[in-house]
Amino acid sequence: MASINLLIAVCLIYVTFLFLVAFAAERAAAQGRGNWLRSPLVYTLSLSIYCTAWTFYGAVGYAARSGMEFVTIYLGPSLVMIGWWWFLRKLVRVGRTQRVTSVADLISSRYGKSNVLAIVVTVMAVIGVTPYIALQLQSVTLSLSIFSDPTGTTDGGMNLVSAGFWVALGLALFTVLFGTRNLNANERHNGVVIAIAVEAVVKLVALLAVGIFVVWGVAGGLSDMMIRIDNSEIGEWQVDGSRWTALTVLSGAAFLCLPRMFQVLVVENDDERHLHIASWAFPIYLMMMSLFVVPIAVVGLDLLPENSNPDLFVLTVPLSQGQGGLAILSFLGGFSSATSMVIVATLALSTMVSNHVVMPIWLSFQGQGATVSGDVRNVVIFARRVSILVIIALGYLYYRVSGGSGALAAIGLISFIGVAQFLPAMIGGIFWRGGTRVGALTGLLVGFAIWIYTSLLPSFGPDVVLSSTLLEQGPFGIGWLRPQALFGIKGIDPTVHAVLWSLLLNTSGFILGSLISFPKPLERLQGAQFVNVFAHSGHAHGWSGSAAQSEDLMVMAQRILGGPEAQKLFRREAQNQGHDRYLPEPTPDFLQRVEREMSASVGAATAHAMISQLVGGASVSVQDLMAVADESAQMLEYSNQLEAKSSELLDTARQLRDVNAKLTQISVQKDAFLSQISHELRTPMTSIRSFSEILRDGNELKPTEQTKYASIIHVEAIRLTRLLDDLLDLSVLENGQVSLNSARGTLADVIGHAVTTTQAGAAKSIKIDMSGLDPEIELHTDLDRLAQVFINLISNAQKYCKSSEPELSISALKTENVICVFFTDNGLPIPIETHALIFEKFSRINDQDGSGAGLGLAICREIMVRLGGGIDYVTFEGGNRFEVRIPN
Amino acid sequence: MKKRVLLVEDEPNIIEAITFLLSREGWHVDTQKDGATAVKRVRELQPDLLMLDHMLPGKSGLDILKELRSDDQFKSLPILMLTARGQMRDRAEAEAAGVSRFMTKPFSNTEVLAAVRDLMRN
Repeated sequence: MASINLLIAVCLIYVTFLFLVAFAAERAAAQGRGNWLRSPLVYTLSLSIYCTAWTFYGAVGYAARSGMEFVTIYLGPSLVMIGWWWFLRKLVRVGRTQRVTSVADLISSRYGKSNVLAIVVTVMAVIGVTPYIALQLQSVTLSLSIFSDPTGTTDGGMNLVSAGFWVALGLALFTVLFGTRNLNANERHNGVVIAIAVEAVVKLVALLAVGIFVVWGVAGGLSDMMIRIDNSEIGEWQVDGSRWTALTVLSGAAFLCLPRMFQVLVVENDDERHLHIASWAFPIYLMMMSLFVVPIAVVGLDLLPENSNPDLFVLTVPLSQGQGGLAILSFLGGFSSATSMVIVATLALSTMVSNHVVMPIWLSFQGQGATVSGDVRNVVIFARRVSILVIIALGYLYYRVSGGSGALAAIGLISFIGVAQFLPAMIGGIFWRGGTRVGALTGLLVGFAIWIYTSLLPSFGPDVVLSSTLLEQGPFGIGWLRPQALFGIKGIDPTVHAVLWSLLLNTSGFILGSLISFPKPLERLQGAQFVNVFAHSGHAHGWSGSAAQSEDLMVMAQRILGGPEAQKLFRREAQNQGHDRYLPEPTPDFLQRVEREMSASVGAATAHAMISQLVGGASVSVQDLMAVADESAQMLEYSNQLEAKSSELLDTARQLRDVNAKLTQISVQKDAFLSQISHELRTPMTSIRSFSEILRDGNELKPTEQTKYASIIHVEAIRLTRLLDDLLDLSVLENGQVSLNSARGTLADVIGHAVTTTQAGAAKSIKIDMSGLDPEIELHTDLDRLAQVFINLISNAQKYCKSSEPELSISALKTENVICVFFTDNGLPIPIETHALIFEKFSRINDQDGSGAGLGLAICREIMVRLGGGIDYVTFEGGNRFEVRIPN
Repeated sequence: MKKRVLLVEDEPNIIEAITFLLSREGWHVDTQKDGATAVKRVRELQPDLLMLDHMLPGKSGLDILKELRSDDQFKSLPILMLTARGQMRDRAEAEAAGVSRFMTKPFSNTEVLAAVRDLMRN
């Protein structure tokens, strides 16, 4: 009979041994001699933290209570390792390329680096794992108690509560010492992993030793053992298909989702190829662990009193046979199982808590005071240590509150269901690009709420948290809301019930939420990086050394801030730090400054995520960050281009509309013009044709008639010619093809020439008064064109001045810049409403006899514009006045 | 008694030509240059035939046509329209307004005379 003191001494020696192993491993790793530390064997053994005290002690108890069902707990992970090899490989690749530090990090990082999601997962993990930690404390204290009361029927003579406390404290210290000795950039813990591997060997050896002793030492060989098993009630247990399925799925899911499993499986993984070996080696380990479970259970049931605790058969069977040494070995096996689980679980949880809860809060708090300095890394380590203590304290508290009640396996299953809620978001995140943050959050919260309601709260027993009436009749008497019979589905096992509803609604929530929500750019980006990890992850190396960090930071900052801006920032910082080098040390202060600068370009959340990832331990490699920066820069540029293009298109469309409107207007004008031209040409042609036909056919024409009609033809032909001349003239003027021949001359000469020309062949005469004309005024312009304008004005006056004594006075005024010539007649003023029209083509205002085509004034206007002057009609009492302006 | 035609036309030489042609055929030709008073003139003269230019000072030939056709008295008055614009739309508008015959300038004398004879026969 081993004394309790001896046991404690053995424990201390064992822990010291582990400590030394871990220490040596860390030393070896630090000195670069640690290749053997990262062998596939160590990796496989480290996976054995799946087998906790629950598996070590509890599996036998489970078998004693429920027969072969305990196999499902081993079956799930084995199926995952063998059958889901491709999934694990992808998970590990994602974890390595994205520098994922935990389940929370994986899910948050996949769904757009959402801090909310990280916090939710962290909280869920802590709540889900706390019962599990309590379970380990319970098993260690229970096993200790056995040595003071070997029958295991009572709690024994020693103070279990204080024992639990000391165990918890010891575990906390070990975890703090090894888990947070320093802050490794890659979140790997060589010492811890090697210690776990040693413990894995110890627990396997212990269980096998007890098994061998039971089969060959107690039962008397294999065949006798088989007979005993056949005779025991274990062989007669009915297999419940739904429970088997649910438990296998559940243990497989938990294997992937448990924070500690993720830690060893993904985070501590050093080489993807190790998975290849572990995929068959780990199932073998599990098989060996389960090999003697049934024999021990059967023998225990045979040998020990009715009321002994089957969870402790592994210890009590050797003890009852007086095998103290074997019992101590067995105790060490259980102790190893419990400690390795607690250490890795708290390590994983503390990483989550410090990275996703404490650090964001601390950093944002720091952001308030601009000049607060301090080493962030110390804060991180401190946060982790506190987290470890708090998490273990929570486990201890749960243990105290639940009073160590309940079978080990039941508590373990509750934890399993809790963490299995991560699975939809995990699988969806890796395989479905359509998964969004909203979907993941919805699924997680729904699944978790159902877990708490259907599994966690009822686990405390009736009337502890949930009243027994609520359990039996549902809240407010609503039957279909009963925690263990949701939606009126009764009669299924509570575990199956909880697994079914929580995972079903979780998955539905995830898918529906993802389908109805719209992912942010970063979610899309991360989705692509995760789902297409095999295409993206050509470069999965971390960064080392502070100089490299600065350079990488510089490169990243340049990509976001732009070259000159970033260089200025870095040079200034380097000068402040007293370096004459270009690159400053990446102090926390400086990182914050860079983040602030970057947040202006990429938004606060992303900048914060980038910097905090750098600070918090490179969960994302610099290359990945640069990829993100690059892609967001490209997206920005692309969207800018699109924006520019669309405004360009709008512009072009507007121009096209304008041009189209102008063309339509021009087309209307053209039609009107052609119609006018047609009329002007056809009218003289009509007379010509008609009279020429008359002359041709007319034999009875008088000679006077013949002469008259021939002269009409003549006049109309001239009119036609003049019209064509005018049209051509106007066309040339309007097209700007006219060449001007500037010459010097006096105004008086030009007017004199115009008057002579008009009076030559005029039918009517008009008196012309040129007394107001200064003969000295000189001109330098195209004199012929100017004369054309004057001729037009004079002949118009001649034709249209309806006065008894028609008179036209021509005067001129010379100023510094311009010479104004006025043509004033005493005829009827033209109606005021037609003033605006007189310079338009074919506007025959006063043309009663219809001899003009209405092009004269249009031509005059064009000429004056070409000469750099102008022509206007001026309202004048008792007549009409035209003002011609010639530049001086 | 001579048949009477009213010629509404503002171009003196065309008036001269048509007057010559129709007089030789035995018509009494009255002329009218202004579009504005043309309808009034038709009421006064009650001609057997109206020859109408399209573009007239004061009022267009088309408007004169419409005004006459809206009066029952002139529903069946033969109206020959002559236009120098000669666009398809003008012809369509005139035909819709009830013109008896539509011709474009320049015309052939024989065609105009044939049209007049044709109109008188119906």
